[in-house]
Order: sequence, then structure tokens, then C-alpha cells
Amino acid sequence: MREEHHMKLEMESRSENEGFARTVIASFLLRMNPTVEEMNDVKTAVSEAVTNSIIHGYENEVHKIVISADILDDCITVTVEDFGKGIPDIEKAMEPMYTTSPALERSGMGFSFMEAFMDELHVTSSVGKGTAVRMKKKIRREKAGNGIYSSVD
Amino acid sequence: MLNTSIFHKEGTRLRITLPKEMDHHSAEEIRAGADHILETELIQQIIFDFSNTEFMDSSGIGMVLGRYKKIQFMGGNVSLEGTSDRIRRILEMGGVYQMIMKEEKGR
Repeated sequence: MREEHHMKLEMESRSENEGFARTVIASFLLRMNPTVEEMNDVKTAVSEAVTNSIIHGYENEVHKIVISADILDDCITVTVEDFGKGIPDIEKAMEPMYTTSPALERSGMGFSFMEAFMDELHVTSSVGKGTAVRMKKKIRREKAGNGIYSSVD
Repeated sequence: MLNTSIFHKEGTRLRITLPKEMDHHSAEEIRAGADHILETELIQQIIFDFSNTEFMDSSGIGMVLGRYKKIQFMGGNVSLEGTSDRIRRILEMGGVYQMIMKEEKGR
């Protein structure tokens, strides 16, 4: 039987909400019975995307971030979208260690982490309109007992 | 200013007990606190203690390397304690060990 779940969250681009977004995504992911590592991978990727929107998309001004997630069978797809200044050169932005904000001590590893911890990463951006990051990961449904959340049925 | 649950000064050593969730939000507080201490006191070693840290993203890398560059400029060094496998992997991916070890060798 096909399994489908959907969620959508709209929140302000405050740094307090980085943890909030991770908690929401973690809670949504629990129903897939992920391993601790898979859970951490998705939380890290979402944290990177949300932080990018806050620092680069909105340059620390408070505006709207929309996170949506879909579970389809054994895959989770998460989209993090902002309506901020956009990325002029996505390829450049995705190079490891590249940062436009060395003064803010950004390591330039955000996109590299999203790529490393998820199976697929798609970035679409339009200058002056915003950026959407879509990430997909296959969750190897652990047998009952091995996941964080062990089902009794 | 000095948050005693995070910052402990032991002589010229500064122990920074990192929080449970090391992200951009918590990195800002640690950066401000640590830099205030580095500018006002004689510190020769920073110990980053990750014993309580359950989550870290790339913001943690920038925070550690930023403090490392500051204290290195003043002739000091840093050490990392209590890192879990996950934290070590993140630090490695961000080149933190490579940078700290390369500098140590060059002395």
C-alpha cells in the first residue's frame, strides 16, 4: 500500500526558529522509523537551509520562511523556501568553502552538508524574488527495534 | 556578561561548554561571550567541550575556527573535548582538524 504524508509550516526568519524547524521535521520524520543517523542527517540539512534563508536570503530581517515536507513510501522530500534576495550564481554558492559572509564566520559548508546528508538537492533561485531548496532522502525503514521509534504493531 | 554555565576560566585556560544544540542561533551567543573574554583577559588555551552537544551544523565549524584564528594570533591554541562520532564527522568535513593540526606541525 502506498504511504503518503504531507506537512507545511510557515514561520518567521528568526534564529530561534532554526531549532523549531528541526524539531518539527524530526517529529514528522519519526513515523518513518528512521535510524538516529538518518534523523540527524535530515535535521542537519534542514538547519543549513533555514540558516541560509535567515542570513543570506533575508540578511537577518524578519520575513517568511515556508517549509514543506512529503513522505512518499520510503522517501522524504523537504522544501525550504524564502522570498528574499535570491542567489545570483547558484553554482558558485554551492562550491565547498565558498561564502559571501566570511565576516559572519560562515564556513561556506551549508550546501555541501545538504548534499552530503541528503540523496538529492535541487536549488532554484531568482534574484530579488527568493530561493527554494528541495532535498530528498531515502529512509531505510529499520526493522522494529532498531529505529528511534519502535513500532509495536 | 560572563555566562558561567558556558564559560569557565581556569588560569589562562578558557573552557567553553557548548550547548545541546550548536547552531547559528547558539553560535552567536558563544562568539560574543568568548570574544569578550579573549579581549579582556589573558587566555592561552581554549577548550571546546562538546560533552553535552547532541546536534551541530556548519555554524559550529565557523564558530570554532573563528575562535581558533583569534587565539592563534595571540600565540595560543585550542583543544576539542567530548566529541561524539557525529560531531567529529562534522568537524572533519569542515576541515577543522586539518587546520588545527597543520598549524601545530608548523610550529
